[in-house]
Amino acid sequence: MSKGKKTYWKGIEQLKNEPSFVKNAQNEFPEYLPIKGSSDNSRRDFLKMMGFGIAAVSTVACEAPVKYAIPHVEKPQDLDPSLANYYASTYVMGSDYCSVVVKTREGRPIKIDGNKFSKVSAGCTSSQVESSVLSLYDKQRLTAPLLNKRESSWSDVDKFIIEKLSQLNKKKYVVSYTINSPSTLEVINKFCEKYNAKHIQYDNISYNGMLDANFEYYGKRKLPFYDFSKAKTIVSFGYDFLGSSFNHNLFNKQFTERRVVNKDNREMSRLYSFESNLSLTGANADHRVPIKSHHSPLYIAELYNILSKKLSKISFTGLIDVNTEIKYDKLNDIADELIQNKGKSIIISDSNNKSVQLLVNLINDLLDNYGNTIDINRSYNIRKGDDKQFSQFINDLSNNNVSSLVFLNCNPVYDNFKFSQIKENLDNVSLKISTSDRIDETSVKCDIIAPDSHFLESWNDHEPLENSFSFTQPTISNIFDTRQYQDSFLKWTGEKNNFFSFIKNNWKKKQKLTNSDEPFQIFWDKLLHDGVAEFIVDEKRNINSSKSSRKFLSKINSEILSIINDNKESGFELNIYQNLTVSDGIQANNPWLQEMPDPISKVCWDNYLSVNPKDANKLNIKTDSGTMTTNLLTLSINGADFEIPAIIQPGQAEGTMGLALGYGRELAGPVGDNVGFNAFGLIDSSNEYQNLVIKNVSISNSGKEYRIAQTQTHETIMARESVIQETTLDEYKKDVYAGKYQFKVATSQGKKKPEEVTLWDGHDYPNHHWVMSIDLNACTGCGSCVIACQVENNVPVVGKEEVLNRREMAWLRIDRYYSSDADVEDLQGLEVAAENPDVTFQPMMCQHCNNAPCETVCPVAATTHSSEGLNQMTYNRCIGTRYCANNCPYKVRRFNWFKYHDNAQFDKNIAMNNDLGKMVLNPDVTVRSRGVMEKCSFCIQKIQEGKLLAKSEKRSLKDGDVKMACGAACSTNAITFGDVNDKNSKIRKKLKVEKIDKATLKLKEERAYAVLDEIRVSPNVWYLRKVRNKKNV
Amino acid sequence: MHVESKLRKPLITGGKTIKDVSDDICIRVEEKPSWMWYVAMIISNITLIIGAYAVYRTLWDGIGMWGLNKTVMWAWDITNFVWWVGIGHAGTLISAILLLFRQRWRMAINRSAEAMTIFAVICAAMFPLLHMGRLWIGLIWVLPLPNTYGSLWVNFASPLLWDVFAITTYFSVSLVFWYIGLIPDFATIRDRAKIAGRKISAVIYGALSFGWDGAAKTWSRYETVSLVLAGLATPLVLSVHTIVSMDFATSVIPGWHTTIFPPYFVAGAIFSGFAMVLTLLIITRRVYKLEDYITIKHLELMNIVIIVTGSIVGIAYLTELFMAWYSGVEYEQYAFYNRVTGPYWWAYWSMMTCNVISPQLFWFKKIRTNIAATFIISIIVNIGMWFERFVIIVTSLHRDFLPSSWAMFYPTIYDVGMYLFTFGLFFTAFLAFSRFFPVINMAEVKSILKHTGEKVKIK
Repeated sequence: MSKGKKTYWKGIEQLKNEPSFVKNAQNEFPEYLPIKGSSDNSRRDFLKMMGFGIAAVSTVACEAPVKYAIPHVEKPQDLDPSLANYYASTYVMGSDYCSVVVKTREGRPIKIDGNKFSKVSAGCTSSQVESSVLSLYDKQRLTAPLLNKRESSWSDVDKFIIEKLSQLNKKKYVVSYTINSPSTLEVINKFCEKYNAKHIQYDNISYNGMLDANFEYYGKRKLPFYDFSKAKTIVSFGYDFLGSSFNHNLFNKQFTERRVVNKDNREMSRLYSFESNLSLTGANADHRVPIKSHHSPLYIAELYNILSKKLSKISFTGLIDVNTEIKYDKLNDIADELIQNKGKSIIISDSNNKSVQLLVNLINDLLDNYGNTIDINRSYNIRKGDDKQFSQFINDLSNNNVSSLVFLNCNPVYDNFKFSQIKENLDNVSLKISTSDRIDETSVKCDIIAPDSHFLESWNDHEPLENSFSFTQPTISNIFDTRQYQDSFLKWTGEKNNFFSFIKNNWKKKQKLTNSDEPFQIFWDKLLHDGVAEFIVDEKRNINSSKSSRKFLSKINSEILSIINDNKESGFELNIYQNLTVSDGIQANNPWLQEMPDPISKVCWDNYLSVNPKDANKLNIKTDSGTMTTNLLTLSINGADFEIPAIIQPGQAEGTMGLALGYGRELAGPVGDNVGFNAFGLIDSSNEYQNLVIKNVSISNSGKEYRIAQTQTHETIMARESVIQETTLDEYKKDVYAGKYQFKVATSQGKKKPEEVTLWDGHDYPNHHWVMSIDLNACTGCGSCVIACQVENNVPVVGKEEVLNRREMAWLRIDRYYSSDADVEDLQGLEVAAENPDVTFQPMMCQHCNNAPCETVCPVAATTHSSEGLNQMTYNRCIGTRYCANNCPYKVRRFNWFKYHDNAQFDKNIAMNNDLGKMVLNPDVTVRSRGVMEKCSFCIQKIQEGKLLAKSEKRSLKDGDVKMACGAACSTNAITFGDVNDKNSKIRKKLKVEKIDKATLKLKEERAYAVLDEIRVSPNVWYLRKVRNKKNV
Repeated sequence: MHVESKLRKPLITGGKTIKDVSDDICIRVEEKPSWMWYVAMIISNITLIIGAYAVYRTLWDGIGMWGLNKTVMWAWDITNFVWWVGIGHAGTLISAILLLFRQRWRMAINRSAEAMTIFAVICAAMFPLLHMGRLWIGLIWVLPLPNTYGSLWVNFASPLLWDVFAITTYFSVSLVFWYIGLIPDFATIRDRAKIAGRKISAVIYGALSFGWDGAAKTWSRYETVSLVLAGLATPLVLSVHTIVSMDFATSVIPGWHTTIFPPYFVAGAIFSGFAMVLTLLIITRRVYKLEDYITIKHLELMNIVIIVTGSIVGIAYLTELFMAWYSGVEYEQYAFYNRVTGPYWWAYWSMMTCNVISPQLFWFKKIRTNIAATFIISIIVNIGMWFERFVIIVTSLHRDFLPSSWAMFYPTIYDVGMYLFTFGLFFTAFLAFSRFFPVINMAEVKSILKHTGEKVKIK
């Protein structure tokens, strides 16, 4: 290197000419290459590895790419892929409430179970609650706030609203359903104070009469705490406390507590039901009296008369001879029974008339029920809607006195009985805000939609029952650009806090009142962990009966008389009711609810007029159960004609018809729009209170044909005693085996039980032996298990057309049978249900037969027996010959006739047909492909989960680790599941297992029987005989 | 020396010589087909194409295109399957059992009866294949093939698997039997083509005849093989339908769970198979002017088989009713009560009329020797036999144990389309057969000619 010439060097090593550098300098890669092996052939290795790498990468590319799996950069501590997390929360929809536990997987809620800590919602779910998780993933939800129908930002919306609100002078209203959240009410009050607005609440199915009566009777405008478990005699006048009632879960639970009998407890309560539609309560009643609903005040008054005479108290005069057509003879007996069970009965009525409800209160008072079965010190906050207040609001609205309106998640244009007045006058209101999550019938008319988050994305607290609290915490961050309305209100009020800190502050204050001295964070964490809390407050109040009754009697006498005397009867009486599937229609866009068969009629995807068989004859209604064809009836009210399909309903009172609410939505979404007929539109809006009984409706047969989808078309049991076994309590008291039907096979050695002559060798189940029992006496037929099963097991929705083709996919169905008056030998007569039938519900799913007929016939062994007594279905192996389903005596197998996922033809199956909906799918359960068979698996994924949990905790499986989805949802504990090999298991005790011989159970439980015992398939599902508490005539 | 019995009436009439036989039969292969053949072929093809659309939709969209439902998971598919398999029984019965019994009258009819058998079995096989939810894997998985799924094997207890074996065995034996019978006749056509200079014909039939040389040793082997195959085929005639009947008999469904099924099904199969042979032959003999080969005597003998099997079937129906009553089992009794008086009463009574009453008319000689009457009754019998399978399958399933699942079955146009598809397939194949293959076994028929001596003397 000559001087003056620039020198370039690669590094200090070269500059210094270190020996180590010189040594490696001539190599192509002087530095160490991170390749294993000696450095001599590193280049070859590199090429090899590169070759391998390319090959490997391209091999991976051959596989289907994994979509949408976004790994956590930093894994949250409590989030493990494939492990579920559970959060306590609270379901709120409309006025309804339920304390729940939300199951989340990989950060998305997939299943809602009941919160077992809750004493208010009975630790279980209803079909509505189970389904609500799919409503979270509804594509119809708004993705951003709308300002004058255009997508906008929250800041613009807030600015606009605050500006407008401070400018407007006339009356301002906040309209909502009943809100039971103390913090939310506080937020609303703050808003109302600031803008001088008025908050009014309503319930789409009004309890106004009951509430007003209670207010007048004991000064509390609330619904009292009924305890049906304490009642020995229950008389319901049309009130469907097991079905459409508020908090029916708890009522179911309480009711069945008194219904489950065994050898040691042979006492049951007795339920009388006077009603027009066959409701779930009527179906479970021991004595059901079909009456016209508008006659029910007459019955109540008469019962009051008899009771007060018998108890020698004051009475009405001149009531008895009002209508001679009505037979009263039963009331006398009922009155005797009520007096016998003084303080242990409940009288309840569905009337929305204050006077009638006052009379009911008087009867309950007369029978000492207050303080015993009815607790007025703990009242419900779930229904507080005030029809009178709402009428005032309507007046203001019609008189153009309202300048701004906020509809809080409510949809009065659809579901309030004064909807037409609201609709007409909305245009006069200058600022209309809705917090609806979608463009619905009301929000479509609003200037601003500030979409509320789903309850699964929200914070909240609740007080469904006085001093019983329940908490809502988000289980997923907002999917869309929505904001929970409480936050919106705080923003509009000008508060800086968000709602979460607002609640927290509230509870900081409340903690002081609860004698809790823990640090607040611990207190708060416990509240959220448990999801519920109860703070006992000593406040006892009782009604002083003798004084008050006289005061009320004179008040209500005249009104009752006027109701009773109004006997102009022409045409039919229409009874509008709420069913257990679509209910009030808020979740009408939820296909799970739309496809859920009505517990009584088994109709889905429609509402209908239920018609008494005799009336159907008169109207010449032609039905065909094969094609599910019926006639459209023309219903005329106030000059308007509507065409509604008819269902012939045994048990429907003659001269009445029923029609369910919640249908006929116009803007619910693609699933719920135009399904059925909107019955809200028929309610008389000139009335001061919502009256669901419409008299003098003229109905004629249009003669037009209509197909209505039903999942069960044969109504009677055909005297098949090996399917349904039942007895009466009187018989049961005498003999605990009463009603038992034991099939015997004639052999050369005399008659033998099927199990004694079986050809099968039996099985060894060395580890577990899973068995289920279903108590027919506890099952009320509500159907929450059906939806729970659908959610848990990714059961597809197939749509009305496919239900008409009888291809619904439900793994668990509830068979409903009516009794028949025909002789056992008269096979044709047995097909016809009695006019006022006894109703039996039988949940039916795969019976997991030990000697399963499906297993032997599958040519490819796709359905096999497990070593734990399960009948397993291997979808991958199934080639779809359907032989198994044909050979199934219980007909519980379901075939994938079509591809139900990712198929535009089945767009109603939203859980499998769009990316958002698919988030609800249970990742532990395969989504079945076209052409394979499926059926109940005894929630095998849950069994597996339980086993893994036990294994990870290094212990053996214990009873209760495994719970079926259906059993968890059941409010009445009708379903028990467990391992009979476990000596301490509940199921073993429930069935009183004496001996297990080669999987054959010897049971000591007298009521237990296996359905279709004679074909000796040896099912692992046992049913407990139904006992009816019929009074001997 | 040729001996002619004075007592026995000749089986082939019209004083045919050996050459006449070759001429009469081969001419159909050699000359251009008649316009009637073209019309028939076009109709068959159209039917096939319409049916193929139904097949396509079924494969593309799923079995849901059919009218099946959660209660009735087999209906037209398996009805058609059993119906076609039943029809496929006559051919082998005629060629194998009658061969063993040395019933020489079979010689004039066995070729077309066997062809019918093969096509009917192909048609039958369409249904178990296409009724599978996942045909693409089912096709392989029903075979007991070694695989990489561990010890995963087919379920040998399943009657459906037995079906697979029974039908494939029956089909392959029938095919081989039929083909071996065809070889000498192919050689005749080959030789005639060579002489007439029809080169392509000569090559094709030459290949088909496997180099038949007509040597005495070849003839001797031919006859031995025929006898051996007849021996093999005979039990198959009984086994196939026995096994098909076990699809039902081994189940637990009332109306299916019946031990009488195997003999009852076999009798029914022969019954319907003969009826189908009659239908086809009455047309073929007329169109191809084969009255001398397929004589009234043939028709009469087949009609007698129909009376016998029809009566067996009738007794089976009555036995079923008796057993249902005698069993004392409520479900069994109801299944039959429902069959007779339930919503599908019309299917039951169609079956009774067609299968039990109509064949009894053949007791009258006038009727059983009347071609028009035979033709009509043969069709009625096949309608009846279709209803029999429909009654067994659908009426048993639609109201079984739990009344909650009771349902009705209504076919869709795709059910009809599938059936049409097999009809199209069957007649296309049969017409092709009658055009390209000798419809009567010339080699055998030549052995029963009686007039050779006389005719030659006269000449």
